[in-house]
Amino acid sequence: MDPTTLSLIQLGVVFFALGFLGRLAGRIGMSPVPLYLLGGLAFGHGGLVDLGGINDFAHIASEIGVILLLLMLGLEYTAHELVTGLRQSWMAGLLDLVLNMVPGIAVAFMLGWGPVGALVMAGITYSSSSGIIAKVLGDLGRLGNRETPVVLAILVIEDLAMAAYLPILTAVLAGVSFLGGLTTVGISLAVISAVLLGALRYGHIVSNVLESPDRESFLLKLLGAALLVAGFASALQVSAAVGAFLLGIAISGGTATNATRVLEPLRDLFAAMFFVLFGLNTDPRTIPPVLGVALALAVVSAATKVVTGWWAARRQGIATLGQARAGAALIARGEFSIVIAGLAVASGAVPKELAALATTYVLIMAVFGPVAARYVEPLVRLFQGKKSRGKEPEIIF
Amino acid sequence: MNIEETPLPGIGVRREVQLATGRRVGVVTHRDGHTELILSRVDDPDACAASIPLSAEEAAALGSLLGSAQLIAQLSKEQKDVAGVTTHQILIRPGSTYAGRPLGDTQMRTLTGTSIVALLRGDEVIGSPRPDQLLEVGDLVVIVGTESGLAEAAQILQSRL
Repeated sequence: MDPTTLSLIQLGVVFFALGFLGRLAGRIGMSPVPLYLLGGLAFGHGGLVDLGGINDFAHIASEIGVILLLLMLGLEYTAHELVTGLRQSWMAGLLDLVLNMVPGIAVAFMLGWGPVGALVMAGITYSSSSGIIAKVLGDLGRLGNRETPVVLAILVIEDLAMAAYLPILTAVLAGVSFLGGLTTVGISLAVISAVLLGALRYGHIVSNVLESPDRESFLLKLLGAALLVAGFASALQVSAAVGAFLLGIAISGGTATNATRVLEPLRDLFAAMFFVLFGLNTDPRTIPPVLGVALALAVVSAATKVVTGWWAARRQGIATLGQARAGAALIARGEFSIVIAGLAVASGAVPKELAALATTYVLIMAVFGPVAARYVEPLVRLFQGKKSRGKEPEIIF
Repeated sequence: MNIEETPLPGIGVRREVQLATGRRVGVVTHRDGHTELILSRVDDPDACAASIPLSAEEAAALGSLLGSAQLIAQLSKEQKDVAGVTTHQILIRPGSTYAGRPLGDTQMRTLTGTSIVALLRGDEVIGSPRPDQLLEVGDLVVIVGTESGLAEAAQILQSRL
């Protein structure tokens, strides 16, 4: 068969299957990311079917997927929200960072993956999935709750931390010398500060350049700008993803809302490709050996997120039940853990088992996180009920 | 009244009022414009007993119901001194004779002696409407007059084609 024909058929099969997986995820009310990963595992090397014909396309598509994921992350919060979040909740953010990076670092050293592996694993266990969490909070009707702004503030800070973490990761993965690494990090931190300040004051200029009444040209300009910025950032060794992220922050106001709407379907398409490719490149046979470690890591890093949320909510004077809700809401990990693992695996600087561990870990956390958020309340009530027998409040409304 | 405003990064903004009973009632406005009505629980004031998504029309209707009650209360208070005069609000229902016609066509003052002091349309208040003001389905017509005059006015405005 003609190679193009074969690629088309294979690509069709992949997207068609992903469509069904996405539908299934929607039905049972979970994020499609773990199912995409499973889909990738099933298609990939050593999996059920072999798809060799689409590797070139899948590779560039998944690169674009990462860029779009980060661009949309930047669009999610305005520069003002980022600065306010940093000012008001930096202590909670710091606790979040320390508590949740430690489990990743510990596991990496226990498995003998060295400092580079530790840096990667730290990022994987640190980053909560803002996509999953925002959706869960909305679905559970918790947007009016007092602890919700606390949870969102922590997500905002994680977002900002990403902007510092990704350039460091890129530099370390590229094996840059200590001095070179410092320079890269210095450059990127300076650029991030400049973009944040610039976006606060001159964000409307970027928005005006990109804004267009016509949906089609708006989309093309946005995508073009994102790829250009990402490409230049990559050439400066600052990481393509960070470039796109900063562009997202710089776009402000109504333009940002429109951009989110226009880019969403594209992001869904290319990000799905990214998750599948990650699954494709993970050999399913490497998963069983890391299953135990992944489970242990899941338990520990769920606990550390609960402590983070509990502490942050308590500081805002929120009662026990709200503290528990805040903690459980933060558990879910997802797309960004895979983005970090993807960058690491692509660089070849970490062992292959890391991909297997990251996949398994995200599979567990993306499924367990929303379940925990939902059932933490009845669970805590049960405990409280035991303590104060017979005082169960009857009034709900 | 103190309205507390809390930004919800990535989602929108929450505005709420603390009631005398201690409950919180408020509105979450999402970035894409849709709104949610929220009400806190009694046993757990941090949480919500209800969060009800509202369309733009529903939110406007609810707003005018609450807002008009306040306007009526204010009008009644002002007319407390005048004995025998009350305030009424009458809804222009679909199929009403006067839907889509100017206010003057009702000949309200000539026929009943009452005065139309305001129209409430969505979240808009049209004060002291002129005779050429068009009535629309869904308008709340605020009328001041004697009890008997108001009863006649209601009959006129609720008459059907």
